[in-house]
Amino acid sequence: MEILVCAKRVPDTSENEIQLDASGKDIEHDDLVYSVNESDNYAVEEALQIVARTGGSVTVVTVGGEEDEEILRREMAMGAGRAVLISDPAFSGSDGRGIAAILQAFVQAGHYDLILTGVQADDGCAQVGGMLAAMLDYPFASLVTSIEVLQGGELKIGREVEGGSKELNAIELPCVLSIQTGINEPRYVGMRGIRQVASVAIPTLGASDLKVDAGECAAKVRRLDYFVPPAGKGAEMLDGSREEVVDKLFNLLKAKGGLN
Amino acid sequence: MARIFAFIVHNGGVADDSALELPVAAGKIGSPQPCTAIVTGWGPELDIVCHSLRATYSEIWKVAAEPLAYPNAELVRKALVNLVPAGSILLVPHSHFGVDLSPGLSIRMNAAYVPDVVDIEGVDGKNLRMVRQEFGGQVSSHVQCGFSAGAVLNIRPGAFRPSQGAAANGQVVDKSAEAGSLTARRRFLEIIAAEIGDVDITKEPVLISVGRGIGEQENIAIAEDLAAAMGAAVSCSRPVVDAKWMDKSRQVGSSGQTVRPKVYLACGISGSFQHLAGIKGAPFLVAINKNAKAPIFRVADVGIVDDVLEFLPALAGRVREESCVPGKERRQ
Repeated sequence: MEILVCAKRVPDTSENEIQLDASGKDIEHDDLVYSVNESDNYAVEEALQIVARTGGSVTVVTVGGEEDEEILRREMAMGAGRAVLISDPAFSGSDGRGIAAILQAFVQAGHYDLILTGVQADDGCAQVGGMLAAMLDYPFASLVTSIEVLQGGELKIGREVEGGSKELNAIELPCVLSIQTGINEPRYVGMRGIRQVASVAIPTLGASDLKVDAGECAAKVRRLDYFVPPAGKGAEMLDGSREEVVDKLFNLLKAKGGLN
Repeated sequence: MARIFAFIVHNGGVADDSALELPVAAGKIGSPQPCTAIVTGWGPELDIVCHSLRATYSEIWKVAAEPLAYPNAELVRKALVNLVPAGSILLVPHSHFGVDLSPGLSIRMNAAYVPDVVDIEGVDGKNLRMVRQEFGGQVSSHVQCGFSAGAVLNIRPGAFRPSQGAAANGQVVDKSAEAGSLTARRRFLEIIAAEIGDVDITKEPVLISVGRGIGEQENIAIAEDLAAAMGAAVSCSRPVVDAKWMDKSRQVGSSGQTVRPKVYLACGISGSFQHLAGIKGAPFLVAINKNAKAPIFRVADVGIVDDVLEFLPALAGRVREESCVPGKERRQ
């Protein structure tokens, strides 16, 4: 099976406190630690496991700038055979629909049986996979937590639904699936693995290569600013030495019935 | 002004809570016309849901078709593309179903799409202004889009508080004939119910809940030790289950269990809305987190900025001191 995984480089929220910068309209970008979007990494691992079972190849693609190459190399170190960077000044500031239109052009220039995305990225939009599927007229499923390859060009997939239950579906290939975290255990990538792919050439494609209209990709949904909402009531913060804070909390827990 | 529709999610003949929240969101867009409910489904349950919505909506579009008996997003999308007039604004809950339906629907309707909307500021000229959150709720953003070609807005569950309006005494309109032919390349097979674990966290009065901040699997023992001292149970947030450190049955959140404890200690949990959606009944909520900016501190009653790996053992020590008999456990 020929599998394409769409990935994104994002600030790692487990490593960063996201704060506003001096303008108060944008986030502070200095010193942010970036990594591959968590669910995208699960998507690459899932693609590698499917190919290990059924044969085929895994391609990883991202839309961004030169700095985004590092995540492509990381995913190649995991085992992806090929990576492509889509980069063009005309694409900067694209919204989710714009990114989906760019990816549509890329998919149509190749041949893929299965396209995977992570379930959502840093902006929490969870939109590109579903939009791409609709543009390609492929079936789509979100929040996928298991994939089984069936005979006859179909997959049996599990989707996460409310309350910890799982919804099973059969879906025809080619299709687009958005992969939920926890579907597998992504393999470890060491420095040695990264070094091994350090010199592999990663092709870069622009608007003219893909024959996409920059106007089509321009943002229609715009983020105007970032802000921190007023705290509202907020928590009563317990201050003091650890011993003092433990004591305060102990008394509160006792009063609230927290000690059985 | 565009006509506004609310897509109703329902299960077992009962409309989801979002059915009461979407009209509040619609009201903030500022259309003079009340929003219309669209309900898809099949059989007696569909009629029960439509009837129940008459108190909230003045008009309810009922779409009955056997293939819609289970809400397969591909089929629902086809029906909506046929039913919703061009240029309309459609509100959908940003739930497991809404995430499946709306991105593709917006493409087919050629409408703007804004996911996970937490507030609507109204119309500014030709633009709709809304509020979203990014980076797991650490910061918010204002977002705007044109809606001349219509819009699909996914509304975060719980973000718009239902108002006690006058009874709408609504009318159910059967729109089934306009749904069109419904075939899909994705077929629903079955629901596999959640596994029941060794501890039923939904019945526990005191929960020590651990998140990504617990760091590694071995450290779960620190929370278990505190739970033993307090007579509590240990639950967790999604990343802990993703890492396979704890069983899925211990997960609190919209994709896990809904709990109603008296006291909830969120330890190293940032406080995503999906996690908070699983905590009901307004418990005494204590948040312990290294990151002073963690969104959990906005909703907690009491907050402590500290490393859970050091704070929890200190608290366990204090609890045991109080129990007088050294080494005595309150509960095993």
